[in-house]
Amino acid sequence: MSPDNVLYGTPLYRFVYELAGMVLPCWISYVAAGLVIMFILVNAVLMGAAVFVFAERRLIGRFHNRVGPNRWGPFGTFQPFADVLKLIFKEDITPATADKIVFLAAPIAMLAPAILMLAVVPFAKNTALADLNVGVLYILAVTSLSSVAILMAGWSSNNRYAMFGAARGVAVLISYEVPVVLCLLGVVLVTGSMSMADVVEAQAVPFLLVQPLALFVFLAGVSAELNRTPFDVAEAESELVAGYHTEYSGVKFALIQAAEFGGVVTASMVVVTLFLGGWAGPLADYLGWFWFLLKVGAVAFIFIWVRATYPRLRIDQLMAFAWKFLLPLSLINLFATALEVFFLRDSQGVLATNDLWIMTGINLALGVGCIALFGGMIREKIRPVRWQPAAGSTASLTVGEVT
Amino acid sequence: MTLESMMIVAAIMFCIGLYGSLARRNVLVVLMSLELMFNGVNLTLVALAKYVVPVGIEDNIAAVLTGQVFAVFIITVAAAEVALGLGIVFAMYRNTESVDLANATELRN
Amino acid sequence: MLFQDIVFWVLSVLAIGASLGVVLVKDLFRAALLLVVVFIAVAGFFVLLSAEFLAVVQVLIYAGAIAILIIFAIMLTRDVQHGNLPNRFQIPAATLAAVLLAVLVAVAVDTKWDLLAGQAQSRAQAVQTSAVRTLESPGDLAGLERAGFATEDERTAAQEAGLADLLIGDFVLPFEVVSLLLLAAVIGALALVRPR
Repeated sequence: MSPDNVLYGTPLYRFVYELAGMVLPCWISYVAAGLVIMFILVNAVLMGAAVFVFAERRLIGRFHNRVGPNRWGPFGTFQPFADVLKLIFKEDITPATADKIVFLAAPIAMLAPAILMLAVVPFAKNTALADLNVGVLYILAVTSLSSVAILMAGWSSNNRYAMFGAARGVAVLISYEVPVVLCLLGVVLVTGSMSMADVVEAQAVPFLLVQPLALFVFLAGVSAELNRTPFDVAEAESELVAGYHTEYSGVKFALIQAAEFGGVVTASMVVVTLFLGGWAGPLADYLGWFWFLLKVGAVAFIFIWVRATYPRLRIDQLMAFAWKFLLPLSLINLFATALEVFFLRDSQGVLATNDLWIMTGINLALGVGCIALFGGMIREKIRPVRWQPAAGSTASLTVGEVT
Repeated sequence: MTLESMMIVAAIMFCIGLYGSLARRNVLVVLMSLELMFNGVNLTLVALAKYVVPVGIEDNIAAVLTGQVFAVFIITVAAAEVALGLGIVFAMYRNTESVDLANATELRN
Repeated sequence: MLFQDIVFWVLSVLAIGASLGVVLVKDLFRAALLLVVVFIAVAGFFVLLSAEFLAVVQVLIYAGAIAILIIFAIMLTRDVQHGNLPNRFQIPAATLAAVLLAVLVAVAVDTKWDLLAGQAQSRAQAVQTSAVRTLESPGDLAGLERAGFATEDERTAAQEAGLADLLIGDFVLPFEVVSLLLLAAVIGALALVRPR
């Protein structure tokens, strides 16, 4: 029996399959190889989340001019494991009025998209689990499942704050889905393929330069979809206790946190693959995984930096940012890219490296111009209102008036 | 996995959807049943596209995908249908404070 | 083949069980979640039928957008826990559905389907099912040769064939009409729910 599924085409899967096939009968190794790969991917997400949590807490500490966790292990490296152990041993409370089954299923459904996304990410040359020919679209589809999970968590908790958090979170997810999809279309246009491996191969010039507007929109949209701080109205601590995971504790809370931070790691991997050239770099055939991890670290650092820098937006400012700023930018980017590809491609429909450099020049100028133009228009909407005491107010604190 | 078994599964889904859309009072359940029926039809189309499109493959290779093109159109129309259907549900809820089809009697003389 | 059969049976049990749940479960919210399960199971069927693009679109549009809209609408209803009530047509509707099912199954089993021969089927499978055609790679060419595309012209034709070419070629008029329909639906929905 020769396995004729999608996975067999990928070397990683074939390697595990043939290794298992030496000692096991065919159909067992067929299943076992799949299970081994899944095990690796699940652990990649969880370990990535652990490393990211550590890095985030230490770095945010530095940004806040304090030390951060440094007690447990060298430089506090074991802190996330201590956190997870504590959460596992805590009592797992289910509210009496909760919808028990949905309440249990929600954290699992929340973690699933982060793991599923990794299936199409090429970590190094020929090392993607499945090089689907609809890879980019697959990532978008899998991400959109997380809104169902958020609604499940919010509704089943039977708690006002959880419900508000879920409604806000899904509103944000749906609004930011539109610009994210549109800006990825630009990348697909330049590549001429939706397969992630082809996107990496096509980046003779990194799409960071060819598609600067798309990268900007994608980073902003993704950090909104992941509920990162400037956009985290769904779990705003000062208004909504903790949003949709108010009622969660113990292992389920740990799963939700793992989903959230693992989501950031997988999102960084997607950004690296689509915009920063993936595993490309000197000696890419041997050191591809190293360059990939280096770039993922850099992108994750940007996420942390943004979180430490900007204050939280109000929900109406958030919606204005999506519909009046990101959406026009992504439409302009799509239109400009389509025109450039139409005029620059040769008769085979392929773009040469020189054409990519020409596009880089045009798109960089366009990007700076558009961001300046639309940023000026949106600034009035987003700027916080400065408190001004009314004339003749008794609340005036001028020293001269008191005496 | 044969063409027949695939079509039988699709037929079962379609008939469950038919029962739901005829025998339930809640508008939202009726909408969900309609989606079940759409999915059954899509499944049949794609199965047929995979197993039985021998005619025309010699001169037009892409013709094997015609069933999938139909499925794409059906998905699009289903999206439009849900947007409008839910709009009507909202309007009805605002007027009658209920989503029960038995109360939707405004068009009766 | 064995593996595909197992997946097929698991998916069919999942799809049929979940669709029964959508119609019969009293709790509307759970019914909507079961609807999501049905959508994902159907996406699995599409993968089995080597229609990956459709599978992904199914998850993106049905599970990611339509299901969310329906869940939001369900949250409006008063009595979500016991909201799924039957009306008085229950027995006629069940009879009608059963009769239709019997007819459909009889037709599906009884018809002499003009099935593709093995050769033609592998040729059909080798045609790209992705909307955007992938760049050519050596592996692809070998696969095309195995599927029986002998000459250079045939191979290029098979590689360039795809959903997108069909959508923007033969079906361009329906394509435009459908986009017009979507625009009309958006405007109509806005007009319906606009506060007066």
